[in-house]
Amino acid sequence: MATASVSGGRQNELWRRLGEVNDPELDEPITEMGFVERGEVKGDGSVEIDFRLPTYWCSPNFAFLMLDGVRKALDQLSWAPAYRVKLHDHMFAEEVNRGMAEGKSFGDIFAVLAEDQDLGGLRETFAMKAFKRRQEAVLRGLKAHGLTDREIVGMDLPAYDVARFEPGEAAKQQPRYRAALLERFPDRRADDPVFVTWDGQRIPPGALSAHLAELRGVRINMEFNGALCRGLKQTRYKELDVVDGEPTLVDFIMDRVPARTAPSA
Amino acid sequence: MYRTPEGKDIFVVDGHTHFWDGSPENQKNIHGKQFIECFYAYHTGLSPKEQLWEKSKFEKYSADDLYRDLFIDGPDDVAIVQSTYLKDFYKNGFNTIERNAEVAKRYPERFIVNGAFDPRDGEKALEYIHFLKEIYNVKGVKMYTAEWNGASKGWKLTDPDAYKCFELCDKLGIRNIHVHKGPTIIPLSKDAFDVHDVDHAATDFQNLNWIVEHCGLPRLDDFCWIATQETNVYGGLAVALPFIHARPRYFGEVIAELLFWLGPEKILFGSDYAIWTPRWLVEKFWAYQIPEDIAAERGVQLTDEIKEKILGLNAARLYNIDIEAKKKALASSPFSIAAE
Repeated sequence: MATASVSGGRQNELWRRLGEVNDPELDEPITEMGFVERGEVKGDGSVEIDFRLPTYWCSPNFAFLMLDGVRKALDQLSWAPAYRVKLHDHMFAEEVNRGMAEGKSFGDIFAVLAEDQDLGGLRETFAMKAFKRRQEAVLRGLKAHGLTDREIVGMDLPAYDVARFEPGEAAKQQPRYRAALLERFPDRRADDPVFVTWDGQRIPPGALSAHLAELRGVRINMEFNGALCRGLKQTRYKELDVVDGEPTLVDFIMDRVPARTAPSA
Repeated sequence: MYRTPEGKDIFVVDGHTHFWDGSPENQKNIHGKQFIECFYAYHTGLSPKEQLWEKSKFEKYSADDLYRDLFIDGPDDVAIVQSTYLKDFYKNGFNTIERNAEVAKRYPERFIVNGAFDPRDGEKALEYIHFLKEIYNVKGVKMYTAEWNGASKGWKLTDPDAYKCFELCDKLGIRNIHVHKGPTIIPLSKDAFDVHDVDHAATDFQNLNWIVEHCGLPRLDDFCWIATQETNVYGGLAVALPFIHARPRYFGEVIAELLFWLGPEKILFGSDYAIWTPRWLVEKFWAYQIPEDIAAERGVQLTDEIKEKILGLNAARLYNIDIEAKKKALASSPFSIAAE
């Protein structure tokens, strides 16, 4: 049925776009964290998003960065739909939702709440942490493969792109580190080393261990939040919140759709 | 007392416990409801299944529950019970010194009761510190820098009003300042759990011990940096320790960092009761070994000797607990749960 495949295609596109939005503090997709409670393409093509963070107290500036990411993702949808984004169960949900209903931008809403918050600075901090965490995962993958420190720090992009990892963290982060590297250093040449510090410094082979130790500290912090958020999210919202009677794709991906019971007559 | 499987007795000081009332009757508003729900999510998210409590018990448990979980079923010898008021969220306060002192009076050998104050109260805070000393003879206080107070959603240890309070603590001999530095939550415009204010306060108040609860996680790197520089900064393991169950390898990385940077003398056990009960935490901690590759990379080991320091000796030093005398006193006061 044509309409069904159109709506299924749009639903997939919606989910793919949302999946590109990261929790800035964790550098993990908001869809995988389960923060998107519902993402629905209505019959008229409009989109409704219900967004819920793991705690009522999640830092509002982080909520802002994510909601802003969601809005940008929705703006990129190919059919340019009208949309509604609703934040649930958050200490500032009322203010945020009212502001959005009044057509204010996220920036305007949060500017009132955030006073002197430097969101640009916050974004940069998170970009740095993501860069480091992704790099660490790949570096550890290469070491596990038996490459020497000299081989690793000398690696260029063509060599990087043909490296193959066992399924796991290194494999997952390989393309994501590549993206972070090119975003940070758009002008780099193919034969430049792939592994550099956030400031663009080369890493001497003898310094790789110390460099890794520093990266590990960054990861430990990020993992703490990730593990905590996942745990909180799971226990707090494990109930299935079926809004219009039918679970959406989000529910299937989050594996929270109960076995179908016989339809009642 | 914790008796190890090898038969050794370990003296346990639980550095971070609570006797709270988060019940709906005491909740002032939605924030109070959400606060205890957040705690409950920590509880359900990181506890072994067989340790889970019903929500209603978690919201408000009895003095007998507290005593039994810590000292009869639990291995604690002494528990430091912290006060946290959250007056903007709870009608009678969340976890008050009055309530803590009442239970401590029944079992005086068992508890060290800490107070709390809010520097934003200005002169009143100073008066209150005098009151805490005179009435309760507190040796420590819990500082909750993200606490709301009217229009303010948080404060810093370096605020001028806070410095006046710490000067007074120093003068009165209230030496142990427990600072909550944990997962990122409120407020909005400044991160009240950022750990950098500890750096300044610890430098300026050398006579005070700064015990950073939750080790500053998720800012462990910042915290380690500060605690390495400052001889009077300590790390409390509450919230970090329960990962020993859900994600043991991850806990290994955290404890390895702490041992590497702070050393074994500056890490303190805390169950964060009633979010978690101490028994399973202590048992798992005693049985725990840092995974080999992590231990090798950081060059640290979690030996029995170090575990003993973390579980009790370090806190005993900060609170001047004479362990031998305490053991004798506890032996002569029989476990009595039905004291009332």
